[in-house]
Amino acid sequence: MAEQNTRQDTLEYAQRLGDDAVVLGHRLSEWCSNAPFLEEDLALANTALDFIGRARMYYGYAAELADDGRDEDDFAYLRDQRDYRNLLLHELPRGDFAFTQARQYFIDVYNQLFLEELRQSADERLAAIAAKAVKESRYHLRRSRDWMLRLGDGTEESHRRTQTAVDNLWGYTHELFELDPLEQRLVDAGVAVDVAALRDPWREQVGTLLDEATLRQPADDWAVRGGREGYHTENLGHLLTEMQALHRAYPGCSW
Amino acid sequence: MIKEHLDLYEVFIRGKRGLDHKHVGSLHAEDPEQALEYARDIYTRRGEGVSIWVVRSRDITASQEDDSEAFYDPSNDKPYRLATYYRLPDEVNNM
Repeated sequence: MAEQNTRQDTLEYAQRLGDDAVVLGHRLSEWCSNAPFLEEDLALANTALDFIGRARMYYGYAAELADDGRDEDDFAYLRDQRDYRNLLLHELPRGDFAFTQARQYFIDVYNQLFLEELRQSADERLAAIAAKAVKESRYHLRRSRDWMLRLGDGTEESHRRTQTAVDNLWGYTHELFELDPLEQRLVDAGVAVDVAALRDPWREQVGTLLDEATLRQPADDWAVRGGREGYHTENLGHLLTEMQALHRAYPGCSW
Repeated sequence: MIKEHLDLYEVFIRGKRGLDHKHVGSLHAEDPEQALEYARDIYTRRGEGVSIWVVRSRDITASQEDDSEAFYDPSNDKPYRLATYYRLPDEVNNM
């Protein structure tokens, strides 16, 4: 019985992590052909593909656990927004380039810490996914960290835009470190990452970088949460409409 | 300093089995570190390389088309500089 519950919880957990990855991957893919210059366009598209690939691994595992005939595409393309459980930070519109890089930086620092822990998971499949993904995240972090320094300590305008992005994103970062009962059960079972413990190292790393980039760390005077319960900002619906349109119009299509 | 145009860099990659770096193309970047990252993203995504060099294009001194007469023609009439010019004695079997 306990084993059956853990299986159900793990399915939900893999799906959550897949949701984070696919939503951010889609947001990044929106830069394709829109980035400031060609080299960055390719680099962003690469990063987008890393996240979409990560989503496939998580969804693929969730589909196996579900064992009800659904595959990874069903998870990505045939669920509505209330069924999506991504953390809200991932779904915010891409904004300007500073916003995209600041969000990416916050998430890359988080992912590096998170995936290092997930590698130790008692669930071998999740541990294997993490081992592969953490290498990508190290590279993503190298890029987004560079951009934070470049933009924060750059021109007057790049500084202003980056500070605005940091201010507007900050309230969405608290949710990254919250555990709901399901994740707490999985932490107890040694499967999930205790994200509450990641908060201090994340804050330390981010705080140091913000200083270095001459940016100000915002006050903790507002917080938005709800992604893990399926309560989203108005942005996710639009994203899914676009992302799922093709699959819904031509079910199972491929090329 | 605000640059209107990003610098051009030449990219050299050493492949998995290769011993030397080979020129693979060029790209634009703000500085050498960024050039290295873009080289990774643009030229190694199919697992082509194990080592990357980038160098600012303007730091390369190149010979010119006009130089070719002075540079290369003089060696055309000096066949003795090529190993094929020499006939091996029959006694040498394993060269």
